[in-house]
Amino acid sequence: MVEKLEKLLAVKDISKSYVGVQALDRVSLSINRGEIHCLVGENGSGKSTLIKIISGVVKPDEGEIIINGKRFQSLHAIDSISEGIQVIYQDLSLFPNLSIAENISLNQMIERKKRFISWKEIKNIAEREFSNISKELDLDEKVENISIANKQLVAICRALTQDAQLIIMDEPTTAITKREIDCLFSVILDLKKRGISTLFVSHKLSEVLQISNKVTVIRDGKLVGVYNTEGLDHNTLSFYMSGKKIVDSVLDYREKEGQKEPLLEVKNLSKKGNFQDINFKVCSGEIVGITGILGSGRTEIALSLFGLNRPDSGEIYIDGKLAKIKSPQDAIELGLSYLPEDRLNQGLFIKQSIGNNIVVTILQRLLNRFKLFDNSKKYEAAKEWIEELNVITPSLETAAQALSGGNQQRVVIAKWLATDPKVFILNGPTVGIDVASKSNIHNIIKGLANKGMGVIIISDEIPEIIWNCNRIIVIREGRIVKKLNTNEVTEDKLLDILARKSN
Amino acid sequence: MLGKYSKYSKTLTLFIIMISVFMVISIFLPGKFLTIRNFQSMSSQIPEFGLLSIAVMLAMLTGGIDLSIVATANLSGIVAALILTKFTFSQIGGYEELFTIILAITSALIISLICGFLNGILVAYVGVPAILATLGTMGLFSGIAIIITKGYGIVGFSEKFLLIGSGTIFLIPVPMIIFILCALAAVIILNKTTFGFSVYMLGSNPIAARFSGISNESILIKTYMMSGLFAGLASIIMISRVNSIRPGYGSVYLLQAILVCVLGGVDPSGGAGSIFGLIMGIITLQVLQSGFNILSFSPFSKKVIWGLILILVMIINFYSAKLSQKSIKRLKTN
Repeated sequence: MVEKLEKLLAVKDISKSYVGVQALDRVSLSINRGEIHCLVGENGSGKSTLIKIISGVVKPDEGEIIINGKRFQSLHAIDSISEGIQVIYQDLSLFPNLSIAENISLNQMIERKKRFISWKEIKNIAEREFSNISKELDLDEKVENISIANKQLVAICRALTQDAQLIIMDEPTTAITKREIDCLFSVILDLKKRGISTLFVSHKLSEVLQISNKVTVIRDGKLVGVYNTEGLDHNTLSFYMSGKKIVDSVLDYREKEGQKEPLLEVKNLSKKGNFQDINFKVCSGEIVGITGILGSGRTEIALSLFGLNRPDSGEIYIDGKLAKIKSPQDAIELGLSYLPEDRLNQGLFIKQSIGNNIVVTILQRLLNRFKLFDNSKKYEAAKEWIEELNVITPSLETAAQALSGGNQQRVVIAKWLATDPKVFILNGPTVGIDVASKSNIHNIIKGLANKGMGVIIISDEIPEIIWNCNRIIVIREGRIVKKLNTNEVTEDKLLDILARKSN
Repeated sequence: MLGKYSKYSKTLTLFIIMISVFMVISIFLPGKFLTIRNFQSMSSQIPEFGLLSIAVMLAMLTGGIDLSIVATANLSGIVAALILTKFTFSQIGGYEELFTIILAITSALIISLICGFLNGILVAYVGVPAILATLGTMGLFSGIAIIITKGYGIVGFSEKFLLIGSGTIFLIPVPMIIFILCALAAVIILNKTTFGFSVYMLGSNPIAARFSGISNESILIKTYMMSGLFAGLASIIMISRVNSIRPGYGSVYLLQAILVCVLGGVDPSGGAGSIFGLIMGIITLQVLQSGFNILSFSPFSKKVIWGLILILVMIINFYSAKLSQKSIKRLKTN
């Protein structure tokens, strides 16, 4: 038997370019046995390309890959798996209609190339793996009925059935609670004890600092450096990641004298299975943060305000008047705007030009006296917003899909600002956007509030909420559990409130 | 930059294809293709299936399709024919005759609008995929047409009505004038109205359209009604040109209309396509068609060729879309 080497995986000077774009430029990464290694970088920095190369899905143009001391000329996905490398993607790639046991055992059953299936064996494999993770879950339960955190555990178990040496987790903490994150981390630490390495890909720096032994930072396809986690702090890491020092300013909100009516008031809004007894107000110049984990009802509330999710009971008042909002058209008419969380599917028409994307909400204003489109009006309107929000684009005719995430989001913001809203609801305004664009978008939002707009930011990024909002509403399981003024909380305190289970 | 470039390059490709087909046919069929008679016969066929192609295109722009256009045309044609033949005229050329003709045309158009409305309801509110909804209504409409006529044709309309299909104004066939006017109307509707703009946006991303305050349901219903209306207009020209109607007439037009749309650069998944491209597609197909006629290909072998061309064009589109995706990646520094 060959003695197990200390070094599990080493990739050296990997380069990869896609039709002219250098996605990776001589990047190296090495992972030791039993190490928890974090790969950090902004969106588009090349993280996913690197993972794909390690898992054999994408071939590098140059560089070498050494796994378990073996040098691979060209690594195929199957080689990577047989060397014990398992990737758990964000979508987890589970079969929702199958049971936990079936999901765990499926790969192994396929690998054995048997024609018939032994149900007993499926159960056995699953039990064996799951006992290690120690969880009281019914293995016969269908995967679609369990929580995302448990789904992750199932995916980890499945990886373990294939003798995983290295488990790569791609942004595993986006959709789970603080408590579940702690549970996931204890599993990762457990794996470490068994000598299994983890490559943890994330952009949440606090988690990175909490869990990892080593951090590899890449930026724009280039290696920034490899650091021991000890001796790193949030600001340094953020600086390594973006290459810029970002200074965020806090929202300066002062209650105005003599302001009678709030712009938006929600009273006892309820919808079965979504949310219960939601009450809040938004005044002119305020930025109200609504936070809660994925599935807490935060998005459903916003959709109800925008006429896309009819509530069972409760009232919505705009400018003190009872508003009947049955469709987005009604909402827009009343001065509401909604920036959806899924930019690519809900916010943008990616194949259409930037100009068309911006004017889609204000078509009526672009007509001439014959009720026909006035192209010069369209051009003027789009151009005005492009300049106002500094969207970087070669022309107004460019398709929206050719822009970077930050510019795309500015286009969606422009589309709504063009309607001149009274209340602007932004759901996850900076998801998947690099740090520099992020702070630019935050400044745009703060500017809007300063001009008197009422703003609601829905986000699960605690710093985003704390830095931008003057009031915070915490939602859990469809109910408001806490209302706070920003000046009375810290990040840690807010995280605690989020994580606490309802009694 | 990219958007513009790809738009122009697509139109240019279409133009080159159209011209080369034209030249090849002219060279290989000397003295037969480039004749006045041939051009007259071509221009008499273009309006009918040109209008039907616009009907398909409208549905396709929203990301759907309308397979019931020929059935709609049949049904409305039969209604018009029944009205035209039911009334006998005491004095030919009197007001009664004119009134009957107007009544027949209006009824046909109303029927076609109702057919389109039904399609629209199914697609917009019931949520049936357009291809299934219109396949169903295709069966329904042609079934009704057969029941009304018991399967027989209706023949012989008044002289005045026949002028629509075979008259000329300043040497231009009347159907051609109708087609040009309709095509112009379609251009204005698609490019210059909020409705047209919404059709393109809805076609590129129905979810984003809903989130942007576009009423998808109303746009879809209006689109399918327009699609029906164009089929109804085609039916008037059709029955007037051949002076008869029988159920099932013109069923070859369905495949051809879809072919022309795809050939003319309409994106079957919605959101892109222009009348200008469509017309180049129509001319290309018509030139080929007339070439095949001169070579006296059987209708069956023509069908095979149409099918092959449709598949070929879609394969070419698939690969060119892939190429342009790559060029977008190049623009994005990712």
